Amino acid sequence: MRRVAIWLSVVVALLGVAAPPATAQSAKPVSEDVVHEIAAQLRCVVCQNLSVADSPSEMANQMRAIIRERLAAGESPADVQRYFVDRYGEWILLAPPRRGFNLLVWLLPLVAVVVGLAAAATLMWRWTHRRRGARTPPAAVDAAMSERIRRELESGS
Amino acid sequence: MKRLWRWLIPLAAVPVLVLLAYGFRLSPRDIPSPLVGRPAPVFALATLEGAPLELATHRGKVVVVNFWASWCYPACYEEAPVLERNWRGYRERGVVVVGVDIQDKREAAVKFVGDFGLTFPVVQDLKGTVSVDYGVYGVPETFFLDRQGRIRVKHVGAVTDDVFRTTVDRLLAEAVSP
Repeated sequence: MRRVAIWLSVVVALLGVAAPPATAQSAKPVSEDVVHEIAAQLRCVVCQNLSVADSPSEMANQMRAIIRERLAAGESPADVQRYFVDRYGEWILLAPPRRGFNLLVWLLPLVAVVVGLAAAATLMWRWTHRRRGARTPPAAVDAAMSERIRRELESGS
Repeated sequence: MKRLWRWLIPLAAVPVLVLLAYGFRLSPRDIPSPLVGRPAPVFALATLEGAPLELATHRGKVVVVNFWASWCYPACYEEAPVLERNWRGYRERGVVVVGVDIQDKREAAVKFVGDFGLTFPVVQDLKGTVSVDYGVYGVPETFFLDRQGRIRVKHVGAVTDDVFRTTVDRLLAEAVSP
């Protein structure tokens, strides 16, 4: 009896895998664009720097099938993404979500650009001003000094 | 003021260097699983012989769920004898080893099981749903489940005798609480 029960549960489970969790007739039509959009944000777990949408691997293929199934069962794209994040962590997302500690990744480049521009502007301002200072005419030579220069030039020749 | 500025620029490089030193020490393959400590996803799959296997029926035992593939050389080939040896050694003490063959051909998997004389149950995850449920990102990966059916340890790479014994001994030593 127990064996039969186990068998039945396996058959039910296999059917459940074959068809989406919701009954087949109530399955929503799934747009391949939406599947692609979700897959493009997920990291292909067996690849290096490839999304699930771009990878030809079997694992990515299976993951796309899972996305399709879950959408057909009526889940929203956000639900599907959460399903993967719950199992793989945020690591599975190609772009880290913009909150918490991750904000650093998004904000630091901006901060670096602003600081860099400010530093460059300050330095340029300083350089241009120093040069302008160098170009100002030398202090006027007073009469006594010009007389002395004239004398020394003459005596030297 | 000038002195301060002269020091500020080299000092600004320090946090960057610290970050790099930290980052390059991390293994890109070492990804913490959010599943550790959580109840293990249950599954019902057919074994290679076609018999049903339900994870839930093993509740109350220490369960070792090992994801592998016949093309996973050499790690899966290294750990297969380890798993078999320890399964034989621990099965009388309430330990179950379940192999989950993923992304594989049935014939290749059957040959692998035959070559290594594996006697623990091996199921095939044909659609990849169980792999994703466990957050598997490569083979081999092994999950050690406690008697309450929670994932306690995730081991990436070939399981050694040492890893198997220390982990399973620790889980067996835990008091059985409801």
